Amino acid sequence: MSSLSLAVRDANTMLRRNLLHARRYPSLTLNLLLTPIVLLLLFVYIFGDVMSAGMGGGHADRSAYLAYLVPGILMMTIGGTVVGAAVSVSTDMAEGIVARFRTMAIHRGSVIIGHVVGSVLQSVASVVLVGAVAVAIGFRSTDATALEWLAALGLVALVALALTWIAVGMGMVSPNAEAASNNALPLIVLPLISSAFVPLDAMPGWFRPIAEYQPFTPAIETLRGLLLGSEIGNNGWLALGWCVGLSVLGYLWTKAVFNRDPK
Amino acid sequence: MTATRTTAPSTTRTTAPVIAATGLRKSYGDKLVLDGIDLSVPQGTVFSLLGPNGAGKTTVVKILSSLVSADAGTVRVAGHDLAADPQAVRAAIGVTGQFSAVDGLITGEENMLLMADLHHLSRREGRRITAELLDRFDLKDAAKKPAATYSGGMKRRLDIAMTLVGGPRIIFLDEPTTGLDPRSRHTMWGIIRELVSGGVTVFLTTQYLEEADQLADRIAVLSDGRIAAEGSADELKRLVPGGHIRLRFTDPSAYRSAAVALREATFPRTAHPARAGGSLDDEALALQIPSDGSQRELRSLLDWLDSAGIEADELTVHTPDLDDVFFALTGGGAVPHQAEEATR
Repeated sequence: MSSLSLAVRDANTMLRRNLLHARRYPSLTLNLLLTPIVLLLLFVYIFGDVMSAGMGGGHADRSAYLAYLVPGILMMTIGGTVVGAAVSVSTDMAEGIVARFRTMAIHRGSVIIGHVVGSVLQSVASVVLVGAVAVAIGFRSTDATALEWLAALGLVALVALALTWIAVGMGMVSPNAEAASNNALPLIVLPLISSAFVPLDAMPGWFRPIAEYQPFTPAIETLRGLLLGSEIGNNGWLALGWCVGLSVLGYLWTKAVFNRDPK
Repeated sequence: MTATRTTAPSTTRTTAPVIAATGLRKSYGDKLVLDGIDLSVPQGTVFSLLGPNGAGKTTVVKILSSLVSADAGTVRVAGHDLAADPQAVRAAIGVTGQFSAVDGLITGEENMLLMADLHHLSRREGRRITAELLDRFDLKDAAKKPAATYSGGMKRRLDIAMTLVGGPRIIFLDEPTTGLDPRSRHTMWGIIRELVSGGVTVFLTTQYLEEADQLADRIAVLSDGRIAAEGSADELKRLVPGGHIRLRFTDPSAYRSAAVALREATFPRTAHPARAGGSLDDEALALQIPSDGSQRELRSLLDWLDSAGIEADELTVHTPDLDDVFFALTGGGAVPHQAEEATR
């Protein structure tokens, strides 16, 4: 077999190991799913009237706010799910099994690839699940074309990949699970201070740059545009740039740490 | 090389060494862990690296098994240069580290199948080997349970079973019996002997002298990052004084008078000047008299005891064991140079 097909085979083995972990111990993934679902219900059913009145100029329309909110919640779901990748990578690296992998004649990076692909698949599945909840409480995206749907799915996968690489890097440098989930906190906090809940122009002027110049806002605005037909503008390119940049950064970071001699 | 080194026995196997290391050096930050290690292990033998905690045993295994790189020195394993072709070395070896290298989240059987997949075995071959090894290592009943729920001995057995999936001809075992109960330890020894009888070369680290004595063809004593001595168990035992006769008393006054008599006595043969005249252990009411344990020496000692009117309640003959070697070579945090003095 060529070295590429060996690499694919080993990575596939590691992916199956990763998915087996996720299937055997779903509590971590389910816990991480809880946050976006609770926030979705909270903002729609408890704060919904105030939020929609605030945005609609005093006129309360809860379904309009629901439509605004869902793309943000979906991106937030990705941020939350990849925290699981940070945790499982740091736990894995502390285990003897990875030392064993390093002394075997296998594709060296396969264990990392298994984590990355596993995390992307889990993120996309989580987005679909949270999306289903949103549809169940009245979210509709009927105006979107099939192509826009496909683009939305691609965007979700791309954001998942970018955030996963960053999370894996965070997991690599974290000595244990607690440290990993602390280090990955920005992935949960950043969507809270993006345009997920309120539009940028509704924010205080001093805060606006913080919300504007971060990866979640362009990604959310692009998804919003694809699903609801709102103006995308530069946001598509910005989101793409962020994704590529974060992926490359996370990849190089992870590679550097992984190739370091283990203690 | 300043380490004491005995020459290999004349029965040396003619095969080239399957593990050969020269001048291994390794530091972690300011701490020098290995200070020039030379090792040579012939095929089909058990080589034991013996040393106290922190001597650098695990570091040697990590370097030889391609896990970490040495700062200096060359390593050849199974005929491949480790630095030039680590993958070829990895294909020839199996490693069982000090801390169990099993995936605790999945079952024992899944761990085995994972190894089979990583060795690119066919599905059927993987299942066959998995079933065979789980059976051989008495893990059949626990095969469907998560490895995290296994006892220490079971984890260690699973660990070795996983190492054997690829059929390695060279196996590194880093403290394979540390933390195991006596029964599990004996099971592990049986497993290791079985491997060797199948022609596998075993590189073993241990802090237990008995283990090295039981299993190893050759033993190297690692102390403060250097090989303090190397040889067969018998050769090492010859390096240090340690044989003595111990007299124990139950009556303190009998002990005291015997001690006085011993102090004034002159033996025709005091093989080990350091212990001339014997030594006392007041608490145990015991006297130690140096002796090689021969019948002649024993008789002359008994004659002397009779003539001096000493009657001990218990007399035991101690021949030197690896404990004596170990403590002489590694004792009290002594630097290797001092250990070397003691062996001269």
